[in-house]
Amino acid sequence: MTTTHTTLSHLRRFVMTGIVALPIALSISSHALSAPPTEEVNTTGLAVTDDTVHVGILHSLTGTMAISETGSVEAEQLAIEQINAQGGVLGRQIVPIIEDGASDWPTFADRTRKLLTQDNVPAIFGAWTSASRKAMLPVLERENGLLYYPTFYEGLEESPNVIYTGQEATQQILAGINWAWNEQGARTFYLIGSDYIWPRTSMKIARIHIEEVLGGEVLGEDYAPLGHTSFGSNINRIRLRKPDVIFAAVVGGSNVAWFRQLNAAGINADNQTLLTISVTEDEVLGIGGENVEGFYSSMKYFQSLDNENNAAFVEAFQERWGEDSVIGDVSQAAYLGPWLWKAGVEKAGSFDVDAVSAAMADIELTTAPEGYVKVHPNRHLWSKTRIGRWNEDGQATVVWESDLVEPNPFPEGYQ
Amino acid sequence: MSGFSSQELLAIFAMQGFAGVSFFSVLLLMALGLAIIYGQMRVINMAHGEFMVIGAYATYLCSITLGALPGMTDYYLFFAIPIAFGSAFLVGYIVELTLIRHLYHRPLDTLLATWGLALIMQQGFRSAFGAREVSVLVPDWLRGSYRPTMMIDIPLNGIAILVLTLLVTLGVWWFLYRSRWGLRVRCTTANRDMSGAVGINTKRVDRVTFALGCGIAGIAGAAFTTISSTGPTSGSLYIVDTFLVVVFGGAGSLVGTIASAFSIAQAQSLMEFFLGSSMAKVLTLLTVIGILLLRPEGLIASKVRR
Repeated sequence: MTTTHTTLSHLRRFVMTGIVALPIALSISSHALSAPPTEEVNTTGLAVTDDTVHVGILHSLTGTMAISETGSVEAEQLAIEQINAQGGVLGRQIVPIIEDGASDWPTFADRTRKLLTQDNVPAIFGAWTSASRKAMLPVLERENGLLYYPTFYEGLEESPNVIYTGQEATQQILAGINWAWNEQGARTFYLIGSDYIWPRTSMKIARIHIEEVLGGEVLGEDYAPLGHTSFGSNINRIRLRKPDVIFAAVVGGSNVAWFRQLNAAGINADNQTLLTISVTEDEVLGIGGENVEGFYSSMKYFQSLDNENNAAFVEAFQERWGEDSVIGDVSQAAYLGPWLWKAGVEKAGSFDVDAVSAAMADIELTTAPEGYVKVHPNRHLWSKTRIGRWNEDGQATVVWESDLVEPNPFPEGYQ
Repeated sequence: MSGFSSQELLAIFAMQGFAGVSFFSVLLLMALGLAIIYGQMRVINMAHGEFMVIGAYATYLCSITLGALPGMTDYYLFFAIPIAFGSAFLVGYIVELTLIRHLYHRPLDTLLATWGLALIMQQGFRSAFGAREVSVLVPDWLRGSYRPTMMIDIPLNGIAILVLTLLVTLGVWWFLYRSRWGLRVRCTTANRDMSGAVGINTKRVDRVTFALGCGIAGIAGAAFTTISSTGPTSGSLYIVDTFLVVVFGGAGSLVGTIASAFSIAQAQSLMEFFLGSSMAKVLTLLTVIGILLLRPEGLIASKVRR
């Protein structure tokens, strides 16, 4: 009796194991069928195995820039998780290696070297400030890496080793100023920004466009040192000049002081039009919605964009990172990085950097939260520019949208 | 400047004057704590900015707890400022007890030690409050502007900080020149050994002075968080200006610090108005360097026997 029982239970266990094991065996075989063999898709010794591929995420997790870069890390992780849930890239699950640039430019170069020479990653999603990108660039070019860079930036750069998923200066600025000129009837402008390369280059482009292309007038141009918090004198200068539009690119902690003091000085949307290229939902969180209410931002993405892709993206983001998380322009551009890379790898049929890099041109993405984007041969994205009007709740209402704008990192006549 | 009515020019003149005064109160509030500490014990406290940030975060915590209570939004700042002072005072006291007192007579080491402390505190803030900058609830009565005429707007938060700075300065003056504690502090500053010989507990004087300087930094932090936002590294934004004021004023003299804050603020905001911020900053720094070359002791030298 006992023997029979034992045999029976043994048999049952065997059958059970078989039932469980069968689908696994099937899935492995189907997996092996669909995924191309590793030696074909990886001829340059990259971190690609039969079922995984390691990629790098390199942002500042600590230091001054952590405030801005955290959103990008979250967006990139979300994109990777979603791609993995859909079956990965060429049948391989993406495993991110997250490194900390620590807001320190040499560290960015050093971590890039580590990711490329020790981890052999086929792609890096990262960098935020131009300074960190410039530090990474020589390493990327020497070790032949591939960087997906999310921030809107000053342009004047093009490298086979970088895909720029944010807007370059002319896309953001020219569309914004044209809007002010056509829709707001603005003829006089006052330019103010923080004192470093991005605002200076941007204002140079803005001034040439206003004065030489449109025939308007720039009443003043002012730069405040990074970290400047006393804007009383700057505000009085502006008050004296009475511009139709204040065109602002103030960043970081100064941004908060600038808008609060502008409001305290009685300058608000009721009596002044202000267009900025440095305020996204992330910044408004610090500035406070009541201080930017009625002012305008020129960006390619706002969290409030009304389309199906974006609704799904915002829902997924908030489910993953918390109900109260906000998504700014750069976070959305960072989210595009892994998806563009996936499209590039699949088009090339290979993880090899040269092959993917060559395949990037003309790749289209119809699932982007911002809508349709397309990679230009100059490795920047065709994108629409939107003008958003800020509300008290920290979200923007899109009041105007351009057609797809061609990226032009080396604008002739604007340098 | 043609094409402006005399009334408009007058209005700009008034507002520009206030911008200078407002900047003066900001600089003075930042520098007071550091001036007391440096004047008393020649410790260069590189973590001064971080003590401001302690005050700022204390205010932030009050804002999300006290300020969220019904009817408290308008008044929570009156509780937040003493709490900011208290928390920075307490941390300052502990830091003196555990770190600074072992390093007297080694000025270079205190410089390094307090700088290290500043980094540790920054990372501490980041772990506790996150990397994102936070901003406090600004009560309605602090927003907007006072309009004596149609053309003049005087920011209310500027007035509030001015009043706060005056109160704190008066308090420091009373403490240093009218109280028994102040007498001991001044004795210790003038001649440490002799003070010890006549029975003053100089170590205790040091500890309280250091903590007091930190506490005042906390008040400054509470005030600034209503103008700007607060992040883990906000302190480093203030530290340069603070040192500039203290060194230029002649370390250790209250009058010197006030005079220095006033002249730097007025000069800078005037130049800002005509030349723009970056140029104003460059010219201010150059002028300060020039004057320090001529008067290495600063504007008003303290009379100290060494």
